[in-house]
Amino acid sequence: MDIKLKIWRQKNASTKGKFENYELREVSPEMSFLEMLDYLNKQLIEGGKEPVTFEHDCREGICGTCGLYINGRPHGPATHTTTCELHMREFKDGETIIVEPWRSKAFPIIKDLAVDRSAFDKIMHAGGFVSIDTGSAREANAIPINKKISDRAFDAAVCIGCGACVAACKNSSAMLFVAAKVSQYAMLPQGKVEAADRVQRMVAKMDELGFGFCSNSYACEFDCPKGISVEFIAQMNREFLSAKLCSHKNH
Amino acid sequence: MIKLDSKIPGGPIADKWSNYKNSLRLVNPANKKKLEVIVVGTGLAGASAASALGELGYNVKVFCFQDSPRRAHSVAAQGGINAAKNYKNDGDSVYRLFHDMIKGGDYRAREANVYRAAEVSNEVIDHFTALGVPFARDYGGMLDNRSFGGVQVSRTFYAKGQTGQQCLLGTYSSLNRQIAKGRVKMFPRRDMLDVVIIDGKARGIITRNLVTGEIERHGAHAVVLATGGYGTVFYLSTLALGSNATAAWSAHKKGALFANPSFIQIHPTSIPVLNDYQCKLTLMSESLRNDGRVWVPKEKGDKRHPSQIPEEERDYYLERRYPAFGNLVPRDVASRAAKERCDAGFGVGDTGLSVYLDFKDAIAKQGKKAIEDKYGNLFEMYEKITGSNPYNEPMRIYPAGHYTMGGLWVDYNLMTTIPGLYAIGESNFSDHGANRLGASSLMQCSGDGYFILPYTMGDYMADEIKVPKTDIKHPEFEKAEKEVTDRIDRLMAVNGSQTASSFHKRLGKILWDHCGMFRNAQGLQKGLELLNQLEEEFWKEIKVPGSKTEMNQELEKAIKVADFFEVGRLMIEDALDRNESCGAHFREEYQTEQGEARRDDANYSYVAAWEYQGPGKKPLLHKEPLKFEFVELKERSYK
Repeated sequence: MDIKLKIWRQKNASTKGKFENYELREVSPEMSFLEMLDYLNKQLIEGGKEPVTFEHDCREGICGTCGLYINGRPHGPATHTTTCELHMREFKDGETIIVEPWRSKAFPIIKDLAVDRSAFDKIMHAGGFVSIDTGSAREANAIPINKKISDRAFDAAVCIGCGACVAACKNSSAMLFVAAKVSQYAMLPQGKVEAADRVQRMVAKMDELGFGFCSNSYACEFDCPKGISVEFIAQMNREFLSAKLCSHKNH
Repeated sequence: MIKLDSKIPGGPIADKWSNYKNSLRLVNPANKKKLEVIVVGTGLAGASAASALGELGYNVKVFCFQDSPRRAHSVAAQGGINAAKNYKNDGDSVYRLFHDMIKGGDYRAREANVYRAAEVSNEVIDHFTALGVPFARDYGGMLDNRSFGGVQVSRTFYAKGQTGQQCLLGTYSSLNRQIAKGRVKMFPRRDMLDVVIIDGKARGIITRNLVTGEIERHGAHAVVLATGGYGTVFYLSTLALGSNATAAWSAHKKGALFANPSFIQIHPTSIPVLNDYQCKLTLMSESLRNDGRVWVPKEKGDKRHPSQIPEEERDYYLERRYPAFGNLVPRDVASRAAKERCDAGFGVGDTGLSVYLDFKDAIAKQGKKAIEDKYGNLFEMYEKITGSNPYNEPMRIYPAGHYTMGGLWVDYNLMTTIPGLYAIGESNFSDHGANRLGASSLMQCSGDGYFILPYTMGDYMADEIKVPKTDIKHPEFEKAEKEVTDRIDRLMAVNGSQTASSFHKRLGKILWDHCGMFRNAQGLQKGLELLNQLEEEFWKEIKVPGSKTEMNQELEKAIKVADFFEVGRLMIEDALDRNESCGAHFREEYQTEQGEARRDDANYSYVAAWEYQGPGKKPLLHKEPLKFEFVELKERSYK
């Protein structure tokens, strides 16, 4: 198949970017989207031009490195699919495909399609952990955990930190990302001890880093490649509220 | 002249580690605060080591090439993590796990290290559970286990098909806690390009900042490499595209011996190659062989749809050849058996280079829901990549380069032959012999990082308490930085016409064809010739666009590919030296009448540790003899 591409090119953070047009012939429908970009880059390099910078690593949908805004959707048109798992068979012969980086103030552009998502790590530093030192754990089966609860915690824990939720949200909210971690730990006995502190610290950090508020559009869930449910946002809101109420009581 | 001293403590195998720990010197908390450690890599090994060392009070600096430590390739491990808990009451024990690993590794691993890995495995599971890792549970709320290849017990803990992700996020969380406390400083988006040695001791590293292109110097009292394996040498492999050998290779060139480089695991169940532009093969977890049955048609070149091939016309060749272990034979055995069937003309798919992994019977017996619970995400992943639904038709799979048992030689302290330079996780060679059993990689990485290195490093640091912080203006830093800069300049200056990836692809093909699943002396020699020719062409024809003072992914690739040529050469040297078959190293000249690996214990029961002798010079072989005091050397049989 032949395709046309409109790709955002930007030399670095301080330079203005613009769309460049490319035409690519003999694309195989079996190619993944990133293999298609590899193919484009090979032609650019051999033609003496600068290749398109885009981030990727595992290419099997689990590391969360890749993330392109394709035809107006994070990770493109396929549901529950990361950019690296997206295949060209999802597109039509002759189609024009628009490729942009994640668009969010909290994720500044580094170059072309690569953005800086270190804000996510900073939120995790604020409380995305259970405070236990190596060596002090008790026997793993000492605390039984109801299978339903444990499975639910797993459903929250599958977040790959790609940032699609932020890119999908018109407010650039990171609520789904934060809620997934807060909920995972709040549901497990190991994480419960610090749950009230954790949610307050992580939410405060999220606000400080310039992520927007949540207006319940559910775009995050819709575009999350792992299908993480917005119910976790509701759960986080409950955790947050009760933490606030308790901390008021104590003061 | 390097003398290998493995520092294996004496005494009965079960007491070695506890006695040794009691003999190790300690560093008091006030002194730990004065000491700096560099950890390179943030996978399960690096992140666990960094957080455990941070908890102890050391000042830790951690480096990764990814934008976040959470993306290290441990994240992609699927099936599980082993431990000798014996929760299933099926006869498991630390000794049994140890024995399975020694046998699985075809008697080419060091007994004491393997026993210790098995011994700390239970603590690893306790710790991960305490960190909030959501392992699968049964209806009573207890942790569940499943079975893996090469063993007859169920000792594998798992979190659906995402065990690596969940364990890695566990170590990432403990790392974050130390970062928040200021005990660990994180340096993401850095490629380590050299190790700096001052007066014979590792004192720092040289990195390239992948955003600015700046060449940076970082000093410390000790350096830990947790930089993973070099399986991407094959180009097409199950690894992340960024995985590379450069950090470990730079240490090798500075004097760290490299052990058993030809021991590379070819994983039997990967999604086959689908198009010519593919640069990555996706693994389908070994755990699938718990319920999936491997088969090919009995008739050569049978092109019928699998559902049209009746039961009696299918050859379940693993069950036929290995009745005791059936579909759960170890990886090396399963891979060779698949290649054998395909080479003999029984392979399926357009290319004939794949076999079926069929869940029909499991679905009929257990129901679709049970299979979905266990492998849901893997089935989805398979469908996304291939467009075919494995609930309705069998998966097609084929072997792919996966894990490197070989790596930097380390002693019992996990220290390389360079004092103060440690190698942990996949980057060392020590625990898996000539073949790794499934679910023992996550186990080894986290054991090394959380429960072994923090002890052994103290013994070295006890002598460092009076040593001031490393001065990064030292002439050795100067020299190392210049070497790195010169190599980058040399790559940029070629200005040829071919991309780094195109060379990598050709190099991978040479190694896959000549130093892959089946090897022979003639083929290896031929491979060496082809590799040398291609390397020469590389240095004449490589094209690196852009500049070195910016984000430049092509430069990153070119640096790595340049090193892969050298790694590949050492793999071939090693494979040529070892005139026997063992585990993943299968020399066609040395096989039994049934086509199984034939070891030569009298002549090759050693670790081959290679010393770098300079560019263009033959590496020097050192042999560490392997002693088997606690297991009996036997022919490895899964029949």
